[in-house]
Amino acid sequence: MAEITKEEVKRIADLARIGITDEETDMFQQHLQAFSDFANQLDELDTTEVEPTSYVLDMKNVLRKDEPAQWTTQQEVLENAPDQQDGHFRVPSILE
Amino acid sequence: MNFETIIGLEVHVELKTNTKVFSPSLNAFGSEPNANVNPIDLAYPGVMPTLNEEAVNFAMKAAMALNCEIATDSLFDRKHYFYPDNPKAYQISQDEKPIGRNGWIDIEVNGVSKRIGVHRLHLEEDAGKLTHGVDGHSLVDFNRQGAPLIEIVSEADMRSPDEAYAYLEKLKSIIQYTGVSDVRMEEGSLRCDANISLRPYGQKEFGTKTELKNLNSFAFVRAGIAYEEKRQQKVLLSGGEIQQETRRYDEKTKETILMRIKGNADDYRFFSDPDILPLYIDDAWKERIRQEIPELPDARKKRYIEALGMPAYDAEILTSSKEMADFFEAAIETGADKKQVSNWMMGDLSAYMNKHLKELHDLAITPEALAKMIQMIADGTISSKIAKKVFAELVDKGGNPEVIVKEKGLVQISDEGQLLEIVTKILDENEQSIIDFKNGKGRALGFLVGQVMKATKGQANPPLVNKLLAQELDKR
Repeated sequence: MAEITKEEVKRIADLARIGITDEETDMFQQHLQAFSDFANQLDELDTTEVEPTSYVLDMKNVLRKDEPAQWTTQQEVLENAPDQQDGHFRVPSILE
Repeated sequence: MNFETIIGLEVHVELKTNTKVFSPSLNAFGSEPNANVNPIDLAYPGVMPTLNEEAVNFAMKAAMALNCEIATDSLFDRKHYFYPDNPKAYQISQDEKPIGRNGWIDIEVNGVSKRIGVHRLHLEEDAGKLTHGVDGHSLVDFNRQGAPLIEIVSEADMRSPDEAYAYLEKLKSIIQYTGVSDVRMEEGSLRCDANISLRPYGQKEFGTKTELKNLNSFAFVRAGIAYEEKRQQKVLLSGGEIQQETRRYDEKTKETILMRIKGNADDYRFFSDPDILPLYIDDAWKERIRQEIPELPDARKKRYIEALGMPAYDAEILTSSKEMADFFEAAIETGADKKQVSNWMMGDLSAYMNKHLKELHDLAITPEALAKMIQMIADGTISSKIAKKVFAELVDKGGNPEVIVKEKGLVQISDEGQLLEIVTKILDENEQSIIDFKNGKGRALGFLVGQVMKATKGQANPPLVNKLLAQELDKR
């Protein structure tokens, strides 16, 4: 049975860019361990003959024609931006 | 110790569909920032991306042109990473079931041909464009977010910077022939990252590789790899180890500079994108796309050599772009001499394009006009010297060479009586040259020809001038 370590919890939080305290790490470790144990029950089944299900819908080739549609203007797009400059979204500096 | 260089290239090519790959926003270069953006591109909650059929067609076309096997079942996956150019915090890409696999490109370096494997080709979306360092901020333009991209991953089959260069040239040429992309590096519609490692000759395992980014031209790719080759060699020879790291090529210092060390492999947490349903490409669809692929550069080159009897060198240059080859064929269709058309295209025409950084479609000259001009040289209406003037006019302003020659009074003087008069006058004025000529100084004859050409503004028929001068000099 896969064990969820504290390091694993911290790594997952880090990947999701979520800051968690030591207390929360303990709590999430227990929660994630419970999820993992629950899901691992599936390992008891023999699925060698079962096709993997990537999608719940039995549909293929849902395609769109290559025809443009203009839904929004630059102004509308930027209305919800936290910050803007010269038609651009403005974000904290990434590179020096 | 001698090392073998191992190079693999990852090339991204932007497809020129009308709309983005997962949204109906316009896919266009050079618009106002954030003008071609909609809630799907910005990843607003509840939006539903849908796959653009034409983007799939284009990806298949590119994959087929690169000799790939086309998948029957293909899937789209989410690749997760945080960066402000990517509003969803994941990119829709393809992981385990790409559209194309196991292709190849034949290249030629120093007369030796070699087959370079294409490991895979997949369809994905581009990210937005960032402008860094504006008053302590970065600016984001999402016009490019969601533009259809194909990523073409080569096998690690290249062994020198020149092979990498040849691979890129050929790849660009093939993609350009299919018409699915403009493949312009300066506009970002073709981008390249290079992986380089060294290993002692005879060793089977690859050494640790570094990844080179920020390669803005094919020449920089070649230079960057060449630099990296030397740098890694130095590290290895001094007993050091190569770090797995990402480096960028600095165009000013011509060095590669460390960007970041790759610690643990990036964890992108790929999983199937539930929004984009599986793609099923049946044989009929594959066949329909296969029919749309034009004759590709290698086949066209072969035809030029075998059926048209062109020299291999000419065939190579003429077929390097579809535009060149189409122009050439349109010109010879009018009956113009093949070799002459080729000479003008490889010579003056290419020189003009290189000098002004223009492409054939930017020029006013038509294949018919070039053919006509060559015809006029052949029938003696104009000299090849005068043709250069006519050519300059055709390239700049276009038009009909016959009209240009008439209007500018450029018709060659082939009237023997008229030329004899000029030749006699020149000889009378240059007695010293006659003496020099009689004393065996060959240069004197050249001088006299020059004087006649000058007096006729270059319009005298050169063979006739030579004949008349020889004849008159004999008499003196």
